[in-house]
Parts: sequence; structure tokens; C-alpha cells
Amino acid sequence: MTALIIRRLIQAIPVLFIVVTLTFMLVRSAPGSPFASEKKIPKEIMDQLEQEYDLKGPLWHQYAQYMWKVAHGDLSISTQYRNRSVNEIIAQTLPVSMTLGALAYCMALGAGVTLGALAAVRHGQWGDRALMLLALLGISIPSFVLAPMLILLLAIDLGILPVAGWGSADQIILPALCLSIPFTAIIARLTRGSLLEVLKLDFVRTARAKGLPEYAVLFRHALKVAILPVIGYSGPAAAGILTGSIVIETLFGIPGIGPFFVLSAENFDPFVTSGIVLVFSSFLIVFNLVADILYFVVDRRVRLE
Amino acid sequence: MKPLADFYSIIRRDRFLIACALFIAAISLLAVADFIVPFFHDEQGRSYQLTGYAYDAISDASLLKPSWSHWFGTDVNGHDLLSRTLFGAQISLFVAATGTLVSLLVGVTYGLISGYAGGRVDNLMMRVVEIIYSLPTLVLVIILVTTLDTPMANFLKDAGITSVPPRLVLIVLFLGLTEWLVMARIIRGQVLVLKEQAFVQAAHALGQSHFRILWSHLLPNLSGLIVVYLTLTVPAIMLDESFMSFLGVGLQSPLASWGTLVSDAAGLINPVHSYWWLLVFPGTCMTLTLLALNFLGDGLRDALDPRVKK
Amino acid sequence: MPQTTGPSHSPRAWKPWAVAAGLVAGFLAFFWLFGGWSLAPQVDLTLSNGDEPQTLDPAMATAQLDGRIILALFEGLTTRAADGSIVGGMAESWEMSPDGLTYTFHLRPGIKWSNGDPVTAQDFVDSWERTLNPATASEYSYQLYYLLNGEAYGTGKITDFSQVGVKAPDDHTLVCTLAHPTAFFLELTSFQTLCPVHLPSVKKYGRDWTKPGHMVSNGPYVLKDWRFRNYILVEANPYYWKPVPVHRMKVLPTSNANTTFNLFYSHKTDLVLDTRSIPSTLVADIKDKPYFHANPFGATTFLRFNVKRKPFDDVRVRKALALALDKHDIVTKITRAGEPIADTFAPPGYKGYTPPPGLGYHPDEARRLLAEAGYPGGKGFPDVNLLYAIRGSGPQQIATEMQALWQRELGITSIHLRGQEFNVYLNTQQLIDYDLSLSAWIGDYNDPQTFLDMFVTDGGNNETGWSDPQYDQMLAASENTVDPAARMKILSDMEKILCVDQVPIVPIYFWVGMALYEPGKVGGFEPNFVDDHRWGNFYIPEKKP
Repeated sequence: MTALIIRRLIQAIPVLFIVVTLTFMLVRSAPGSPFASEKKIPKEIMDQLEQEYDLKGPLWHQYAQYMWKVAHGDLSISTQYRNRSVNEIIAQTLPVSMTLGALAYCMALGAGVTLGALAAVRHGQWGDRALMLLALLGISIPSFVLAPMLILLLAIDLGILPVAGWGSADQIILPALCLSIPFTAIIARLTRGSLLEVLKLDFVRTARAKGLPEYAVLFRHALKVAILPVIGYSGPAAAGILTGSIVIETLFGIPGIGPFFVLSAENFDPFVTSGIVLVFSSFLIVFNLVADILYFVVDRRVRLE
Repeated sequence: MKPLADFYSIIRRDRFLIACALFIAAISLLAVADFIVPFFHDEQGRSYQLTGYAYDAISDASLLKPSWSHWFGTDVNGHDLLSRTLFGAQISLFVAATGTLVSLLVGVTYGLISGYAGGRVDNLMMRVVEIIYSLPTLVLVIILVTTLDTPMANFLKDAGITSVPPRLVLIVLFLGLTEWLVMARIIRGQVLVLKEQAFVQAAHALGQSHFRILWSHLLPNLSGLIVVYLTLTVPAIMLDESFMSFLGVGLQSPLASWGTLVSDAAGLINPVHSYWWLLVFPGTCMTLTLLALNFLGDGLRDALDPRVKK
Repeated sequence: MPQTTGPSHSPRAWKPWAVAAGLVAGFLAFFWLFGGWSLAPQVDLTLSNGDEPQTLDPAMATAQLDGRIILALFEGLTTRAADGSIVGGMAESWEMSPDGLTYTFHLRPGIKWSNGDPVTAQDFVDSWERTLNPATASEYSYQLYYLLNGEAYGTGKITDFSQVGVKAPDDHTLVCTLAHPTAFFLELTSFQTLCPVHLPSVKKYGRDWTKPGHMVSNGPYVLKDWRFRNYILVEANPYYWKPVPVHRMKVLPTSNANTTFNLFYSHKTDLVLDTRSIPSTLVADIKDKPYFHANPFGATTFLRFNVKRKPFDDVRVRKALALALDKHDIVTKITRAGEPIADTFAPPGYKGYTPPPGLGYHPDEARRLLAEAGYPGGKGFPDVNLLYAIRGSGPQQIATEMQALWQRELGITSIHLRGQEFNVYLNTQQLIDYDLSLSAWIGDYNDPQTFLDMFVTDGGNNETGWSDPQYDQMLAASENTVDPAARMKILSDMEKILCVDQVPIVPIYFWVGMALYEPGKVGGFEPNFVDDHRWGNFYIPEKKP
């Protein structure tokens, strides 16, 4: 097991290397300067700026200088926000996004598993079809449509939740909810499918024959097995939540890493863009590893039982 | 593995699935109707949509509610929304179809080779898939589209292709390249099973080339699986495209796709005045199409083999 | 039948609950420590200023929104009153020599930095040196090129700053010598680039000097807290030379215009200052509301021609497109804030300036000219691109409209739209690699020259390839004219060449500065032409003594 972990982590290094290289090269070779401004900048000043940021000279030279810094843990300085280092920016924005993402994922897990279980129990009945239709709707409506509508309804018309912003506990609820909906839907579908399978198996029939109440059968025995595909899905779920958070954070004015990423790509800020890609990818690789380990552990325990 | 022909009997039995299939067929037909039967031509030879308005014709009728002269209302520039929605259907379906085609080509080829080769090659190829799976691909697509826009424009200009916008090519290409992973995995899994079967062993014994085996024996048996995952990839690409439009990285005016129409409309939602028709009509079309595709794919998948999961 | 053990008797029943509780506690701790969960600070006024500022260093700032915050924290020789007029800031009086080349400023007695250090004239000299110094890489350093030898020092041709025309004979006097008479020099002294900075702090903290706790400033406010993309907190500066009515203000950054409006609508923000934060489709709906305030603003949206490329090298084609553009259509349908249409480039509203009459809207004349140029009815018109920047939905809507309008009036069907990311668009424009480009210009100061000096031969902001020696000569002549009326006449004649005779550009409309606030809640905010509302002038009406 430890060997597996170490192997995966070592494999991650060339991947991250390639991803960062690709990003940096793309952003630097694109026809747009990070220092462009509406008022024309005198050449001497432009030269000075490029010098300061190590963005002068041939591309490979700029790249080498950047990678040298990265190897030492320095992700360089943002070309947009002139007095902030990328390390600082990520240190301040990443925890915000992680908090939002974590809450969204927990909501999706809780609601998704519950709804999926409910649907499985009512299989073939009207309730099952209705819940699955709801789930499909959750996947088919884009978040940037649902979020403004929910803001309008819950925050403005009914006034029960704040419109935007970050800092107080109630400001996290609506964005996390909007972010979680597509994943709730997918987890519900997965749970339902898996549970339907499991409920047909022998050990469930044995448990029922023993006289256990239905909810005990469900929660203590069947669900533990059925949950496996949901754990397997956590990798792609994390990736999806990361991507989805870009839209949500923009709409709710949340100081996370998402909207910042789009801005930096549009402004051809090579350091912030590469830095964020590095962080995203590392996070996903680690998260996938954790999910795989969890899957392995739960799978083994289930088999033992 | 059930061949393609059985799909017809599967669908026929479930009325709901029939409805979905018909809906998709209807939308597709409507989208291309303008090419088949151009209804009107004006003096300059630019055909009008079935509605009587060109999709990019402005007018003074800005932001009007639905009425008899404009069934879906108008947008800021005075474009007729019904025309734009119909045109958007063409573009959306085109993007989704070609993107899916790209992902099909890449995914099926990759899965075939990986499963058929087996052993260390298969191991390595699947490892690569795992790694790509763990990357924030949509994020990378944003960077790719933003940075390659001008080079692609120059490339197209040199190649003499002026009517295709560079963004369209980039989006189709990269979205297709984002969604092939699932297909590859599934195909590979199935190939691993199939290649142990008798008829494949027999073909080997007869000395048939690998390519022949792949093409004539394996591929037909995979067709069912391919169709199922096709119907599930199309909605994914449509959603990705609308996501990119919202972030400003998508197609540009005067082109319209459901994605751009919906994201533009979402940007207009405010508490003072709601231009609901701008969101409701294209949004409903998009949602219904996505729903129909998802239902169809689910139904086919369930009927094929209930054990087949991601 | 033996009873099966129920869950309540299971020895491990508490385990999952303990785990869950632990996770929740851990989550809350994480949120508190790193995630930005905090108790909201008490403030008197909350502002929406647009997006997150790029920098708060006066020498480095380029964006208008950065400037607004900087001018609350720092103050130059002069400042602006609420109506936009120039009044004394750090300087209480000044004289100009009759030849217009020398300005002598007398600093107010007792002015201090926010740490108690006195503000001296030498602070100005040293700060301007820092701004001009090429090593600082200040993009707005050209504002100081009006000083004698300023440009030479700024481009590195000379390295001895004592040759530059600014001296501090004593702690309270600053003498500025200009390269040539500059009618708007006093305007420049109120601009952020010419604000002084506290050099000991800059030396001590280097790049981090603008962070709260390190920053020492001389304006009405000091920087109390700056949470990246979350909020900025400013508090009244106890050392400022006059009392500051509003004690504490919070500035909220948002990148999405609708989010800004939602915040205002739900009373989380009291004042929305940034014109770009107000979506244009919304404007028509809120124009009559009491909280909507508009004022004419010295900025113009216009079209650039690449005069070096066919068919725009023919002045008849350029005039045809200018005459056929229905600007009323654009301002009523698309922009909707009541923008005045523009037939000349510099916005009207500068004191003493009378623009000449422009070309106007004459589609018949346009068609005639187009036919004369060889494209009757638009036939045979080559494929050209209309470049615009993807920045919100405005430029795209305007460009779409323009394309359709030209098709309707002139029959041209070969104009295609080409949208690019803002940075790419700027690059393309600077390389003059376009056919038509939708552009905008915001005036730097309150004088038409900020618009007209763009189009000199090889001017950095010309970007059209157009060159006219007579235009250049007239600009030089105006710079050496001291009499204001005569100077304005020359500028007006220059506009005639620009917008009527040669037409390398087509002005489209003048901007309207917009702000949102409830009338009873914010005072000291008046419409002014430069859209420059200094925060030191704000007060809250009920609390005003």
C-alpha cells in the first residue's frame, strides 16, 4: 500500500512538470503582453518591467528562470497585481475555495446518498421516476443559470439569505448549495443504481430473513456496500467542483481562486496562471490518491464481511 | 453485446424513450431544415430562416416581449429570438456532434489499442488516462482557447478558409479532447473481455491481421456501447460549451449557440426588470434536448447490460 | 427468538458520531483560521469601486479604479472639490510666471504624514524622481514629461535629476519649471501619479510598502485592512489637515456587474462608484429611480481606421462609413444611459472650448461617396474585420449593431466581427494589425489636449497609421500659446482636420458617468466632468453638523 502511494506521488512529478510547462509556454507565446494598457507605454518602461519580472529575452530563458524559482518554492509575482507574490495570492484565496468546495461536496454527498436511497427503495413507483427526473434536471441546467435564479428567489425576493460576499457564516450557504446541485444529482443516480444492485444480493436477503427492520438493513448493511461507486466518483467530483467553483465564485463575489484564474488567463499573467494550474493539478492528484485509498480500504472491509 | 439493430426493439417497447428519440430527431431536422429547404431569399441571396427574419438582422424592436410578430421576443440588438434559437440549434448540435465525433475517434481508437495490446502497453496507456483524468481539463481548455485564438485565425486565413471562425474550430477540437477519457476506459474494458472469446481466437488462427480483427470483428460488437456513450457525451459537450460562453471564452457574435444565448440571458437577470423570454426559450430548448439525450442514453445503457458502469 | 442487538446497544455506536463531530469542528476551525470567516467590521459607508485594485502605489497605478482609492489615501499639491474644480491640497497657494513656464507652490503649514512625520517640499522632489526613474517602471511617468528635462530623465537619456525642472528651495516651497507652457499643469498636480509617497517606508519595506500596517500616507484616509478580493478598509487619517466627515469606509471589489447591483439593491453597498459596474441593459430600467445619478463624463467611444490598408486608405471610404453610421440608434438601443452622440472627438464641457460642427448623419451623401470611391451599393467591398475588445457585453453589442447598420445603409456585407480578449486586443491595436477597431479613450485631465494630442505623427496612442504635419504643427503651436482663448481656437481647428477633413477616426458617443446611491445616504458627491469624486469630500447627511 505504501509502495502504491509513493509510486503515485513520484509519477505525479513529471505530470505536474508537463502541465506547468505547457501553461507557461502557451501564455508566453500568445500574442498579448501582460503589461498591455490602454495608454501606450514608452519602450524604456516596458523593457524595465520585463526585466523586473524576468520576462525578457528568449522564451527558453524566461522559462528556465521561472522553473528555477518554482523549484525553490517561489511562484514569482503577479503581473496584474503588482505588489503581490503568487504564493501570497494562492495562500489567501485557496482556503476560501477549499472551504466552499468542501461544504458543497458534503452537501452533495449527504443529499445525494439520501435521495438515491429513497429512489431505490421506491423503485418502480412514481417517487422513483420523479426523483430521477429531478436528478437529471440538476445535471441539465447549467449553474450560471440556476444560481442567478436562486439568488433572485431566495436572496432578493424572500430575503432569507445574503446576496453575495464572504465573511459571515450565512454567506456560504447559497453558493455551496448552487455548487453542489449537479453533484447531488450524479451521486443520487449512482447511489440508486448501486443500491438496486446490492438489494438483490444474498446477504441482504439473509439480513431481512433475520428479522432486522428495513432501515437497519439499508443503513447498516446495504449502504456500506452500495457506497463504493460513490467513493470511486469522488475524484471526478473534486475536479468538477473545482471547475464549477469558478462560475459560482464570480457570481457571488467570493474571494476564491476561481474568478481570479480566468482573469489571469485573459490578462496573460504567466505566473498566476501557471501557479494556479499547478495548485489545481496537485490538489486533484492528491485527492484522487486519497479517494483511491479509501475505495481500496472500504472495498476490502466489505469483502471481509 | 447486442448489435445496433436491437436498439430499435428496445426503444420501441418504452413509450417514453420513443418520445425522447423523436424529440431529438425533430430538433435535428429543424436545425438543418434551413439548409434543405431555404424558404426565402432576399435580393442579396442570403436566405431567411423559416421565421422570416435572418438570425443576424437587427431592428429597432429591442428587448420586446413575445408577440405575434416575434414569437420568442427580441434581444438587445433587435434580433428575433426565435430565429436565433433555431440558428443556435444548428450551432449547438454541430458543436456537440463534431466534438463528440472527435472524442469518439480518439477514445475508441485509444481504448481499442489499449485493450487489444494488453499487458504493459495497456498498463501504461491506462495510467496516462488516469493522470489526465486528475487534471483540471476544462481549466486548461480555457487557456488553450484564449492563447491559440489568434494563431488559429492566421492559420485559417492562410488556408483560405474565411467562413469558419477560429473559435469554433478550437472549441470543437478541445472539448472533444476533454471528453474522450470515459469512452476509452469503457471500450478498453470491453475489448479485454471480447478478445478472449472464441470467434476472435478463431480469427487469429486463420491468420487475419490485427487491423482486420479490430475492424471487422471487435468494432461491430462494440457499436452498442459506443452509441450509448455517444448519447451521454453529447450533453456533456453542450454543457461545457455553454460554460465557456459564460466565462467569455466561447463563440462570438453574431454567431449564436444555445450556450451563448443562455449565458447572455443569465447575465441579464436582475431584480428590477426580468427579460425572462431571453432565458426561458433557449434555456428550455437546451434543457429538453439534454434531458432527452440523457434519458435515451440511460435507457439504452440499462437495457444493454445493467452491470456496465463508469 | 433471540433479540438481535439494536444499534443503541452497539459498543461502537458513538464512533461515527464522534468522527462527524470532529470533522465539523475541524471544518469550522479551518474556515475561521484560513477561510476568511470573520466578524464584519463596523463601518459608516460601504462602497463598490469595481474590481480588485492592481496596486495602491501612486507611481504605478494605471486604472481609474486604482486611482480612486489612491486619491483617498494620498494627496498631491492640489485636489478636487466635489464639483471637480481644482482646489488647494498639500499646497495652499501658488503662482504662475507670465511666460507660463514656472509654477511656485507654497505648502500648507503643519501638514503631516499619517505617522506624524512632516510633509516637506523635498518629499515631492524625491517622489517625482522615483516616478520618473526608469528603474521604477511607472507606466504613467509620461505625466511628468511636461517638466523641463522630465522626458530626458524618464527615458534614461540623462541620469542627473538635478537637471529636471523641480526644486525645493525650502521645506515649504516647491518650484516647478516646465518644458513649455502647459495649460493643464494644475490638473496634473492633483492626479495620483504626482502624489508624494513616504520614501523612508518605501525604502524599508520595498514591494510590501503598500500593505496595511506598512503604508504611510498623507491623504484623508489611511489603509486599515486589505483582504485580497474580499474588502479594503480605510479609516480617517488623524493627521490630515482638515476634519474627515466619514470615519470608516469599506470598499467591496466585485468583477460581475450584476453582483454589484444585487449588493446595492439589497442594501449591502451604499455607493456604487464605478461606471463599468452598472450593466447597460439595466440602465434603461433604473434611469428614473432616485438612486440613479448620471453626469457627462470626459470619455469618448470612437472607431479607428487603419489608414494604411485598403480600402481605408481612401478618405472617401472613411467619410462614407462615418456619414452612414446612425449613432442615435446605438445610444438609444444599446447603451441606453442617455449618452450624447459624438461628431467630434474631445467631449464638450471643457471650459472655454467650442468644438467645430462635425460630419453628422447623412446616408445619401455617404452612398454617393462610396460609389465615387468605386463601391456603388457596397458591391465589391473587400473583406474587412471590425475589431473589438471582449469586456463585458457592451463592445460586442455595439460592434454587432454597427456592422448591421452599415449593411442596411450602404449595402456592405463584407464587414466581419473580430472579438479578442482585452490584452490581445490592445496588442493588435498597437501593432496596427486591424482594419477597423472599436476604441475608447478616457481623458487624463480636464483639457481637450488629452484627447487631441493622441493623433500626432507616430504618437504612441495614435494607432491608426495616420500622419498630418499640419496637425503636428498646430499642436506644437498650441503648446506655446499662453492665451487660453487663442489656444482653444487652435485645438478646435485641429478637431476639424481630425473629424471632418481627414477622418482617421469616427467619434461615436460620449460617455455618461454613472453612480448609484440613495440621495439621503451620501453627501458630497456631485456630478463632475472628470468623474473624479474624492472620498475626502463625502459626508453622511444626517450626521453633518
